[in-house]
This record gives sequence, C-alpha cells and structure tokens, in this order.
Amino acid sequence: MAVRFYQVGSFAVGNRLVDGTDRTVQSDPGRSNSLTSGHRACQGCGEALGARYALDAAMRATAGRMVAVNATGCLEVFSTPYPETSWQIAWLHSLFGNAPAVATGVAAALRVKGRNDVRVVGQAGDGGTVDIGFGCLSGMFERNDDVLFICYDNQAYMNTGVQRSGATPPAARTATTEAVGPEPGNPFGQGKNMPALAMAHEIPYVATATVADLHDLEAKIERAMTFHGARYLHILVPCPLGWGSAACDTVRIARLATQTGLFPVFEAEHGEVVRVTKIRRPAPVTEYLRLQGRFAHLFDGSGQPVRPDIVAALQDLADRTVRRYGLVDDVEGGF
Amino acid sequence: MAHTVALCRPEVVCAYPISPQTHIIEALGALVKTGELSPCEFINVESEFAAMSVAIGASAAGARAFTATSSQGLLFMMEAVYNAGGLGLPIVMTLANRAIGAPINIWNDHSDAMAARDAGWVQLFAETNQEAADLHILAFRLAEELSLPVMVCMDGFILTHASERVDLPTPEQVDAYLPPFEPRQLLDPDDPVSIGAMVGPEAFEEVRFIAHTRHLQALVRIEELSEEFAETFGRDSGGLLHRYRTVDADTVVVALGSVLGTIKDLVDTLREGGMRIGVLGITSFRPFPSDAVRAALEKARRVVVVEKAFSVGFGGVLSTDLAMSLTGLTVPVATVVAGLGGRPITKTSLQSVFESADRGELGQLTFLDLNHDLVARELQRIVQYPRSGPSAENILRGLGTPAGTG
Repeated sequence: MAVRFYQVGSFAVGNRLVDGTDRTVQSDPGRSNSLTSGHRACQGCGEALGARYALDAAMRATAGRMVAVNATGCLEVFSTPYPETSWQIAWLHSLFGNAPAVATGVAAALRVKGRNDVRVVGQAGDGGTVDIGFGCLSGMFERNDDVLFICYDNQAYMNTGVQRSGATPPAARTATTEAVGPEPGNPFGQGKNMPALAMAHEIPYVATATVADLHDLEAKIERAMTFHGARYLHILVPCPLGWGSAACDTVRIARLATQTGLFPVFEAEHGEVVRVTKIRRPAPVTEYLRLQGRFAHLFDGSGQPVRPDIVAALQDLADRTVRRYGLVDDVEGGF
Repeated sequence: MAHTVALCRPEVVCAYPISPQTHIIEALGALVKTGELSPCEFINVESEFAAMSVAIGASAAGARAFTATSSQGLLFMMEAVYNAGGLGLPIVMTLANRAIGAPINIWNDHSDAMAARDAGWVQLFAETNQEAADLHILAFRLAEELSLPVMVCMDGFILTHASERVDLPTPEQVDAYLPPFEPRQLLDPDDPVSIGAMVGPEAFEEVRFIAHTRHLQALVRIEELSEEFAETFGRDSGGLLHRYRTVDADTVVVALGSVLGTIKDLVDTLREGGMRIGVLGITSFRPFPSDAVRAALEKARRVVVVEKAFSVGFGGVLSTDLAMSLTGLTVPVATVVAGLGGRPITKTSLQSVFESADRGELGQLTFLDLNHDLVARELQRIVQYPRSGPSAENILRGLGTPAGTG
C-alpha cells in the first residue's frame, strides 16, 4: 500500500492520503499530548519527537491506563524544569541508571494493588539504557517484568555535552572521541548492539524504529502493548546538537540511517526476528554521513572523502547489517 | 525479624543477598511463596542498587515497600538511598550493620550506617533482638505518617544471628497500630502528577529544608509513637534514647546498638565498686535528638562515646554530633573506637577505659585493644621498603593468623 503513496524523498504515507482508521495517533486531535508543548528541547530534537509519538501511541493502546518512569537525561531535563512539567501523564523520575528497576517496582505495586489494567513504560536515552542502566535493564528483562522499556537512541551523552556512549557509532566525533589522530572519532570494533542483547534475553517482544516512520513506530508500540512481560523498543532519534546536523534534517537523517542499512528496523518475538522493514531505496553511507558534523572529518569541503578507508569501513558495516537482517531483497546491484 | 516484617504486611519486598542480612529476606521469600504473606510481590533483583530502585518505584505507586541490606550493599545502593530520601518515599529497610571494605570484612561495625547518615533517612538503632523486631513496626508507622524512609539498624551477627526468644505481637495488635498505607504522593493515571522533577538553585534549599523539618517532626513523633507502642504492645521499645543509671552519674557512656547490653552489665559492676557511671543509648541517630541528649548529659562530668565507626583522618562520628549537642557546656567528650570489623568488645577492656576516664586520664581518641606493636611494625616496614606491599596482608602475616580465624 505504502508504495502507491510515494512522496518526495520518502516512502512515508501522509495521513491525508489514508483512511481515517489508518491515520496515526499523532494526527488525531484527541491524542493525549503526553509530552505537551512548551518543553525546553532543542529545535529539531529527535528524542522529543520520538517520545511524543511513542507515548501518545502507548496512551491510546492502553486507553490512558499507563504510567511512565524516566531515567535522568535530556528528556527528563527538558521536560521538567521545576516547577513546570510537560508531562500530562503520571510520570516518575528517580535516577540515571535505575529506570528499569523503578519501572519493575511500579509494575509490582500495580499488580499487588490489583490494578492490572494500568501498564508501565520505562524510558531512557542510550546512556541510560546501554551503559549506566544496563544492569537494571538486563535484570528487568530476565525476570520478564511487565514493562515496556523504550530507548531513545541518539548515540551519545547529549545532555552532558556530547560524550561517547556504548551506542556511539564508529568514526563519530564526540567530546570524548575527538576527530583527531590517525583514527579520528570513535574507534571501530566497540559498542553494544542493544536490540540483539535484548533479544538474547528471549523476552516477548523487541523492536527497532526511527522517527522517520511514524506509522511504523506507532504500530510497534501498539504491538508491544499486546504482550505482557518485558518488552523493548529501540528508537533512533537524531540529535542536531550532538550530530552537528540541521534541525530540519532530523527526520531525513533518521530515514537515511535505515536506507543505508546502518540502522536495521525489525521486530523480534521471544528471541527470534519475525519481521524486517526492507530498504526500498538503498542509499550509500556517504549520503547519511555528509549531513552530519560528527562525521565531517571524513570529507573535504566539496564532500569528497578524505578518509576513504574509514568511509569504506562504515559502508562495510552497513552492508553486513543489510545481509544479517536481510534488509534488501536483491543486493547484487550494490550502491 | 522476617515474621515481624510480615506482620506489617509489606506489599513489595525486594531482595538481594548479602551477609548478614540474607536470612531475613530468605524467610520473607518463603512466607510470600507459601502465601502466608499475601498480597505481596517478592522480587529477586540483580543488585542492591536495583533493590532500592524497585522499592522506590513500588512506594511511589502506592505499595508498602521493604528491603534489607548491609555494608557494601548499602554503599552500592547509595545513590538510590539518597533518592528515596529526597523523594520522601516511606520505604523501610533493615540494615544489618557490617564493616565496609577494603579490607573486606563481613563482621559487625557501624561504618555502613554512618556512611548513610546524611541521606535523609530516619536511622533507628536496635539494642536487642526484641527491640529490632519492635522497631520495624514503629518504622512503618513513622515512615508512612511523615512520608520519610526509615532504616532499622541492627548489629550484624551479634543481633541478626543471635537465636533468642522474642515476643511477636499478634496480627490484630499490629493492624491496630499500623493503619494501611495512604501515600502522600502517588503515581496514578487517574490523577497524573510528575514526581522527581529537576529543581534548580531557586528552590533546592527550600526542598531540602522541608526534609529537615520532617526530621524535626520525627523527633516528636518517635517519642509519641513509642509511647503508643508501649500501650499497644506492653513493651518499651524505641524512643529517642535509653537512659540507664545516668541521673547521678559523673561519667556517662554513650553508644549505639547491641554493645549497650555489655556496657550496662559493666555499669552495674562498676557501680557496685562505687563508680558513679551510667550509660545513654541513642536509639534515634537520625534525626539526632540533640535536646534530649543535652538534657541527659548536662550534669555529667565527662562523656565517653563508644563507637563502632570512625571518620578516617578525624575521629568519632557520633562524638561529633554529641559535641555539637553539648555546645556551651564544659563537659569533655572522649571517643573510644571499638569493635571495628567485628572485634569483640569485652567488659575487661571497657572497664580499663572507663576506670581511666573516671581518673580523668582518658585521651580524646582511643582505639580499644589496638595492637600497637603490630601497627608499629607495619609503619616501620612502610618506611623501610619502597614497595612494602599491601598493609592488610602484611599485618595478617605479622599476626600469624589466616583471615577470619582470629
């Protein structure tokens, strides 16, 4: 269906072009506005966008019977400068590294109180998920606690000023992996594949999504809410500040992350991949990299690679991901 | 202990094992599994940090939450301990007091509780197993009434692993004393609020001051609730402090926890010999009952603080609080650091210290039964050899004793 609604530069389906029942939660004036306007996120913030989509979808899926637990980070800081709050849902922030465990506690309290209709969403950035919160998250997963945990992955510690995290991609410049020396930016061969780690816990549902495909993101939230037990949704959310990209390019960059194969979009149930989103218009990694200041050291002023070896290594990484997840039906043509 | 906690009907119990707390959560786990304690969710977490975090979530969502820890476990959860204090969540935690490494040591002292002194938690110290059990009932009542977390401190092994008969109240008595939990703040989709917002310089001091006022309220309520406890259960437990033969005492010994039993026995003996000595046990270490302490000590000629913890590079911890409470009085405060890492505090050793105090000869800071020769040898070794090696191992070697058997 989607292909017929081809729009400039994307395959996304505009809400006006689909039946009322197929329109996004976000297009509904009656949406919950879980994260309402007036917060202090930067212009073009992918995380604010992702959180808004995800939580409004979760609110619809649970008929408003939901509470959220938030880790420390950008999302927490820009949404609740005391005494203001942008949250129109029940919301709790405790610490940076413990959101999954706090969510477990909330879920346990709701169960013991017989409030089984109320669902729990935990959320954190990539630092709060793959690094400092990983122990608590793994514990929550292995106990199969009834929590949907969402990671808004912007691939570094943006709140503290763009330091490297375990989710930072190779070659990316951060404040702690400067673009200097023979191997500028973040080293190759490091980092965590968090969705794969979540799958290794064989929890009921693991999915990835980006802010470039709103229908897909909302559908995954809805799907996640049909399961009980531990669920994990990993959303790629570009960060104009940390990625050195234009605020207007957030969605475009998120889309290119998927089209290059650098960020695979898929769903897994009980440890097995069950669906992947195929790449319909494959793009070389250079298209993705050139839009971002964090990769600027790889190119000269005219956009030609000054470090073709590194660009090739990143392309190789993307190609491997494409093969591993079967993201392109026919890869013979290459890019 | 577990049975008393169970009588308080906790709804979420999170557990992570650490000696000497383990058997308490083991027994609670069994009570939940058999259904004797119901409704209750028993959650085996992956760390103490998670244990306190689960308790935070559970309490914020309106459940009565309990956990227990000790020593390294308390330190590992410390960020969450402060967070629970800051959020004002009425979690009750048993702290089986144990030394902190390195060197690793599983035996009793009060280093762990002192490390959490400023976390915004009420800290109640039990003198006996009976009091430890009773304090848990009081702790839940106090915590929920004031929306404050409460730590019940009981000496590791000395109390936690002592087998003795205690009176357990009936469920009816506990239910009469401890009403169901009515949370002051609740995570609820029917009435959505934000909890845990960021607070800047414009209001942070005020928020912290509110926490302080709650502790001041706790000073009053601990006394009142202890009186009510005595009426309900027929036993004196809790209160801010316990005075024993202090009224006409020249020397008053101050201490926390189970060592008070030893000191009381010794006080009786020394009284028979004519020494005017008494003992003041502090039950509520946080909030610290400065006025009550001052009133109890203002007629004393000297105060000797026996403490199972010390601030390295300075001296006593409890002593500091006492000195502050006695500001303006001339009564000298001497600190005796004793029982570190589970070293037995004997009446013989204490007697020589108290006699020395009575003669006016006790120094300001004394380490009870310190092996001065052993220390001198190691200090000499450090001077002599640039790479003298790890001190703990050298000292053990000098003692000729494998770790843990001395």
